Amino acid sequence: MKIWRGQILSAAVLAVSLFLSGCNKPPGESFATSDVIKVGEFASMTGSEATFGQSSHQGTQLAIDDLNAADGVLGKKLELHMEDDQSQAGQPATVVRKLISSDGVVAILGEVASSRSLEAAPICQENKIPMISPASTNPKVTEAGDYIFRVCFIDPFQGTVMANFSRKTLKLQNVAVLTDAKSDYSLGLAKFFKEGFVADGGKIAAEQNYSSGDKDFSAELTAIKAANPDGIFVPGYYTEVGLIALQAKQLGITVPLFGGDGWESSALVPIGGAALEGDYFSTHYSPQDTSPAVQNFVKEFKAKYNSTPDAMAALGYDSAMILAAAMKTAGTTDGAKVRDALAATKNFAGVTGKITIDANRNASKAAVILTINNGQFQYVQTVQP
Amino acid sequence: MTEFLQQLINGLALGSILALIALGYTMVYGILRFINFAHGDIFMLGAFAGFYLAPKVAMFLPMPSIGGGLAVMGISMAICAVVGILIEKLAYRPLRRSPKLTVLITAIGVSLLIEYTCQNDHVFGAAPKSFPTIFPEYHITQLSGLSLNSNQIIVFAVTLILLLALRFIVLKTKIGMAMRALSFNPEAAALMGINTDIVISFTFGLGSALAAAAGILFAVNYPSIDPLMGVLPGLKAFVAAVLGGIGNLPGAALGGVIIGVTETLVAGYISSTYRDAIAFGILIIILLVKPSGLLGKKEIEKV
Repeated sequence: MKIWRGQILSAAVLAVSLFLSGCNKPPGESFATSDVIKVGEFASMTGSEATFGQSSHQGTQLAIDDLNAADGVLGKKLELHMEDDQSQAGQPATVVRKLISSDGVVAILGEVASSRSLEAAPICQENKIPMISPASTNPKVTEAGDYIFRVCFIDPFQGTVMANFSRKTLKLQNVAVLTDAKSDYSLGLAKFFKEGFVADGGKIAAEQNYSSGDKDFSAELTAIKAANPDGIFVPGYYTEVGLIALQAKQLGITVPLFGGDGWESSALVPIGGAALEGDYFSTHYSPQDTSPAVQNFVKEFKAKYNSTPDAMAALGYDSAMILAAAMKTAGTTDGAKVRDALAATKNFAGVTGKITIDANRNASKAAVILTINNGQFQYVQTVQP
Repeated sequence: MTEFLQQLINGLALGSILALIALGYTMVYGILRFINFAHGDIFMLGAFAGFYLAPKVAMFLPMPSIGGGLAVMGISMAICAVVGILIEKLAYRPLRRSPKLTVLITAIGVSLLIEYTCQNDHVFGAAPKSFPTIFPEYHITQLSGLSLNSNQIIVFAVTLILLLALRFIVLKTKIGMAMRALSFNPEAAALMGINTDIVISFTFGLGSALAAAAGILFAVNYPSIDPLMGVLPGLKAFVAAVLGGIGNLPGAALGGVIIGVTETLVAGYISSTYRDAIAFGILIIILLVKPSGLLGKKEIEKV
């Protein structure tokens, strides 16, 4: 037993010392001597939100390739260091520490899911490395510090947009809310939806929770059905939303479901199928937008990946582009100066619309509402901030 | 009342699937006295086998149809039976004489190996896949508002048939008798001329086939499958097996149904945040009151 403890102790000491030596290495140390700019990215390439990570990574990679084709930034090529966080809590902290201390990146791009961005943000802040989240809409993400930015709108906006849309356009009175109790994103959207909907004279008929990863929602939906709502707000992610729509129809629920940008994935319709017809969600952009910036991006993306880019891909693209623009403005890759340039971004013409970074380092921009029609996402309307 | 009955139906459907998985745990435990943690992953492989088989079977049989669906399920059960036997041969048999803890840790290793190999893009990929419709789907909504769909009926029917078939194999056949003998005393069984290796292989094959059937039924009801889909059902089925009395076949089935119904009722009437907490809480209470599990004492059907 004693030998055992001794071995564990020495292994632990070794692990800690390795870890500390990793941390002590000044960030970006290798930069001065190299002729590339290293940009870090962490994304959920595998796991339950894999299509989000893969999409945003494709967009980010396309932006990096575009920038390099145009002679890079500050006369240097960009090098993207991507780490997979497996859609798991705990992983973002590990991979972001690795990117900063071992790879020596000058900025971090990521993540889509708010819970995982929240995990990485304090680490970037501590190391004074600017971090740009492409699509985390929870307000808390950028509250982690003045080095944390995002290129998407935030939950209050998205929740309010859906509250107005369901109240004014769909004329709903009595709505049930089905929230993913494990996700900061879902809780945030539900909170602001409920506030907006009630303030506008609507009533919340029922509130139910589930946990991401659940497959069976029949209990929650049966309880919702008993409350007899005229619509169900489901601010979740696509895997669960598809199954929820399917099981709702099986239980004989015919009222529309609606939610936020967590719905947008090519995997949604294959799972939910016909059960999703006539449901609505808000998101960041629509590939059906006819503006030249969007059409150009769609064309390039299709040429490279042979698929239509979704919102995550567009936001991934914008996150890298806005970072490059800030580096050019700052004239350096120094963390503090890039941070200042990012904070001063005004009317940046991104694929997902005109982006202005506000005082809280959030993007102020428009949202679009899509519906599902014959298995396709169809543009309904744009809502300005 | 309608709502309560609906919740009961929902819970029974979920519980039946858990029961099928739990049977595999309990059979292996009954014979080898160890928990095969890779069992939940066999469940996942069963669903994926069905996913890849469905288009192939559709070339010969109409799809969706009862016959086509059962064919997919049958082939997938056969594939998983072979996988289960291989896992036992490669990973567990060399450790037959090692301490139980070694085998247990190996089982966890096998489980993680399967999960993460399958997440590779060249195997299944990590992104959830949508499971094709293999059984015809009907919805039966009664006037009272109670709704039952054909998938749930298929779950009940298949579970019942497999349970009866298992009961027949264990109680009425020669190999079943050998399984019971091995469970009672492996050394004595070997001395009586029973080939323990074959019996153990057969047990793994049988358990894995049941897990595959459960995987297909699960995917039919919740048609989003991914390589990690077996983790939670596997854990809950393990709890169900312990709850019913590990090593006891009817106990495993009963445990599965209890866990399924409890979970559904908790999610429907209290909060789904507590569904697992209360389900596992019940396990702790039952184990405190009756450590051998609900039906743990009945030796006669121990496998």
